[in-house]
Formats: sequence, structure tokens, C-alpha cells
Amino acid sequence: MIGEDDVRYVARLARLHLEQGEMQRMTGELGKILAHIDKMSELDTDAVPPTAHVLDVVDVTRPDRVEEGLPRAEALRNAPAVTDDSFRVPRMG
Amino acid sequence: MGSLDTLRLTAREAKKLLVDGAVSAAELTKAYLDQIAAVEDRVHAYIVVTADNAAKYSTKVDREMQAMRGPLAGLPIAVKDNMVTEGVTTTCASRILHNYMPVYTATAVRQLWDDHVVMLGKTNLDEFAMGSSTENSGFQTTRNPWDLATVPGGSSGGSAAAVAAGEALWGLGSDTGGSIRQPAALCGIVGMKPTYGAVSRYGLVAFASSLDQIGPLTRSVYDCALLLQHIVGKDPRDATSVALPAPIELPTAARLDGLRVGIPREYLAAGIEPGVRARFDETAARVEELGGRCLEVSLPHTEYALPAYYIIAPAEASANLARFDGVRYGHRAADAEDLITMYERTRGEGFGPEVKRRIMIGTYALSAGYYDAYYGRAQRVRTLVRRDFEAVFEEVDLVASPTSPTVAFKVGSRTDDPLAMYMSDICTIPVNLAGLPAISIPCGLSDGLPVGFQLIGPAFSENRILSAAHALEAAIGFEPAPSLRDSSAGAAGAGAPDGAASVSAGEGGQ
Repeated sequence: MIGEDDVRYVARLARLHLEQGEMQRMTGELGKILAHIDKMSELDTDAVPPTAHVLDVVDVTRPDRVEEGLPRAEALRNAPAVTDDSFRVPRMG
Repeated sequence: MGSLDTLRLTAREAKKLLVDGAVSAAELTKAYLDQIAAVEDRVHAYIVVTADNAAKYSTKVDREMQAMRGPLAGLPIAVKDNMVTEGVTTTCASRILHNYMPVYTATAVRQLWDDHVVMLGKTNLDEFAMGSSTENSGFQTTRNPWDLATVPGGSSGGSAAAVAAGEALWGLGSDTGGSIRQPAALCGIVGMKPTYGAVSRYGLVAFASSLDQIGPLTRSVYDCALLLQHIVGKDPRDATSVALPAPIELPTAARLDGLRVGIPREYLAAGIEPGVRARFDETAARVEELGGRCLEVSLPHTEYALPAYYIIAPAEASANLARFDGVRYGHRAADAEDLITMYERTRGEGFGPEVKRRIMIGTYALSAGYYDAYYGRAQRVRTLVRRDFEAVFEEVDLVASPTSPTVAFKVGSRTDDPLAMYMSDICTIPVNLAGLPAISIPCGLSDGLPVGFQLIGPAFSENRILSAAHALEAAIGFEPAPSLRDSSAGAAGAGAPDGAASVSAGEGGQ
């Protein structure tokens, strides 16, 4: 059963700030959802290969041709903060 | 020009009016913009209406008719707001992308622009396409044109409602677990999820990459085929796109002679409303009247598909949504003292409750110690679901089921219970896990609300599905009659807070 400490830990992994109220609600909701998901354990799947995606294609390649990239100004256009033609972020902590 | 009935006009008919010179592209576009002006404050289908662009571009189509002649030229369309459009904001109905202005255009949309389709605007969805009602939109709740007190379904509820309300001739949606078919069913229109890989996902903001597909929402099966024809194809920018083994054909069939249609007993076992079941049974009887044969079949792992989906989709989503971190685009939390805090607050402020839930489930399922029990097992269950379909398609040509177990439900009735909301997609989710094509067509009403009939086929059997759906559509003779009335008027009104004002359309686009 998932507890509030687990939820806090997973939120940290996901880089997701949750308010205290959200944390409590999430703990209850995830518990219910995971209980439903646990239905899968009724099946013996040891001998079944996994499906990552359904297409019968692997290692798709294309000719390595040089194409024009996105201009720097375009790439930076949506950035919340820019400095010296680069993305600006707070210090690493 | 006489007045155009935008509630009923099909793309096929509109095309003929254009070719015959009975109507101009500008007049056609204006008819939809007028309808948007008349009903949008009740329906809330669009996040952004690009009215000026659409008017200008349709005039250009008229002026340059010679150069712009083509099967789709001048036909107006609504595009779900999770496909990026250069110069027109793309929000995914999320606060975290409220100001995002793409610098490129999704391949599927680009193909339509190249065909001189006129884009009317970008439509509402559940945030990042996670939901079945559009109630998870960060901006507004779209209303079902058949009863404004009910949801249009989701996540492509904006495009579905726009088409049903005559606010668009047709629309584009995306389908990860039913997000085209379920809203099509609830709004009384046609919606198709193509085979995985048939339509490029380049520029479709990724939710669950192994499940997502773009597809048409239209007023007829013929229109569905016509639109699909122009968005399929292998795209060098999407390594998971593939060339179709045969071109999409415009359907003509009126009979189903010799067609074997399997009806999976597991899909009818539980939770199907009596009214939905009755319309489904009538439609199955029509299959036989048209010369087809209905056979009971079994897809034994159906009950495990939903649990597997709710690991696989959130797991992929948690990885895909890691890119929304306040560095390159979108919302950034103010005054964070360091980088990690900035990430955490940006995401905490920018994402809504359902997106947070899925990121949490996905991160949990992929975390050390749980990976094999959840993600690994879900991938194996996915194989079993695929094998179920493979075995059934040895015996039958198509599989039929209700699209949704219920008709449109009341706004607010499932928002407090995520699991109840997830159940809306019980008949559609297995199809995405198996990567198969499927269509939903309207097959009648229950309590005055539309019921959807789903046809599922083997991979790349789009032509078979469209052909059968076309014959059935004629036999059913569904009459679209959305009332645009609110059954709860006087009680909780339909006037959802409209956040669209916070989003600017941009001056670019076509």
C-alpha cells in the first residue's frame, strides 16, 4: 500500500511540487488506482515477451544529410529568460 | 449563395458547392465563423479561433483558385490544440504552455495546409490529452451540443463538439486510449483512429508515444476517408511512421456481403447502459440485413487491458512531460532560489490534477524496485491483448462493439472519481494497446443522446473498416439534431469560466 512518504519520494523523483493537501489527496487516489492495476498480477506472464510498441520495425535509419537547423533566435523565442544568446536558469543549488 | 446548414453540411457536399461555384471558399469559411460567433459562448469548443487568418486565407484560395485547386482547397477545419502550429499558440489546454508559440508545424497539419485547407482555430482538450470529458482542460470545459449540461467526451472533445455544433466542417483529433472515438460517439459524429504509424506524430505534443495517433473527426464516413487520405504517410521526421500498404480509398459500399463481424462477449459483459446495448444490438442486426454475419468471439484479456494501459500510458507520459521544466518554453515559477526548486514549482504550478496524477503513477511504476512489477508486467499484458486480437482476426474480418459504455454524462459527475472516468474508455483502450485501426459511427440515440458503434480491424485494414462503416451509415440513417439546449438550465448553468482570453492567437499560421 502506498503511503504519504512514498508519494513525497516519487514527487521528488518527478520534480513535482505538491502542496500538503494535494499530497494527502494523491496518496488516497494513487492507492485506489494501484489497487485496480494490481489486477494484472492475476496473470502468469513469465513466459510472455513484452511489447514496447506494435510496429514491426527496428533501427530505422535515414541518409545522414546536413539540413538547416533551427536558428538560435527561433530556438530562444519561447524561453522565459535568456542571457548571452542562451537559456538563463537559476543557480544549480 | 443560399444559407448554409453548417450542422449538416458534409465536406463532400461543401466540395461540390465550391467546384460548382455555388459558394466561394470565403463564404464557406464565413458560415463557420458566423456559427462560432453564434454558439461558441455556450459550447466552448475552441481555445483559439483564428478568425482573421481563416477569412484572409479563404479569400486567397478564391483569388488563386487556379494554383490552389485541389481536393481539399477551401474546406475549413478545426485542429486539436496539441498539434503544433507555427505562428498560432499551442497550449495542450495546459497552464504550463499558455503562451507557447511554436516555431514549426505538425506534419499532419502541414499536409492539410499544403492542400489549402482553411484552419478555423485550435480546439479544447483535456490537458495534454489526459481525460475523457475535456473537464481536465486548464482553461474551460467544452459542452456537448446535444445537451449543454453534459460533457462532449474527450480528450478531443473540442474538435468533436465543434463539428457536432456546426462550428467546423471537420476536425483533427488525437487518440491514445479512445480520445477520438469516445468524443465522436458522445457527440454523434464519425471519428477514426488509424493504425499506429499510419499518420506522422511529428509535432503532436507527445503523451504516450507508443499509443498516440492523429485521426479525423467528421460528419460522414466518406469525409473521414477523404481527410485520412491527406494526412497518412511515412514522414522522415517520425521514425515510427510507415507507408500504408495500399492507398486510402473513398468508400462506396452499400452491402456487407460475406463480411464476418466478431462481437466480443467481454465488451458486452459489464457496465454497458441498456440504451447503448439496445442501439448496438439493432446495428448488429443491420450488419446481417446487409449480408454480413455476426459471430460471438472472445478477447479473454480484455479486463487486463485497462490496468496495463494505466501503467504504460502514465509511464510514457512521465518521461515525455519531463521536458516541461520552465527552461525553454512555457510557464516558469517566479523567484526560485535554485534550479531544482524552479523545476518543482514550475511543474507544481503549471500542471493540473490529472496530469500530476499520471506523472506520479508513471514515475512510481518506473522507479527502482517497482519497474518489473508494474511496467514490465504491463508490457507483457500488452502482448496478451495483441494476441487476443490476432487470434480473433483469424476467424472474423472486423470486430464490433459499443464505442463507449454510456452516452454523454453530466458535467462534474465523474470528476471526483478518477477510476470511474477511466472506465469511459474500456471499449477503446485495448485497440490502442494493439495498435489497431478503429472507427466510431453514430448508430442512434438513447435518452436523446448519441450512441457510438465501434468497428475494429487488423493493422492497416482502414479501407475494409471505412467500407463497412459506409454501408452501415447509410442503413442507419442517423439524423444529426444537436439541440444546443441545457437540460439543467436554471440549476447549474453551462457558463464555464472561459480562460481563452489568456491565450493569444498569434498572427502567423497559414
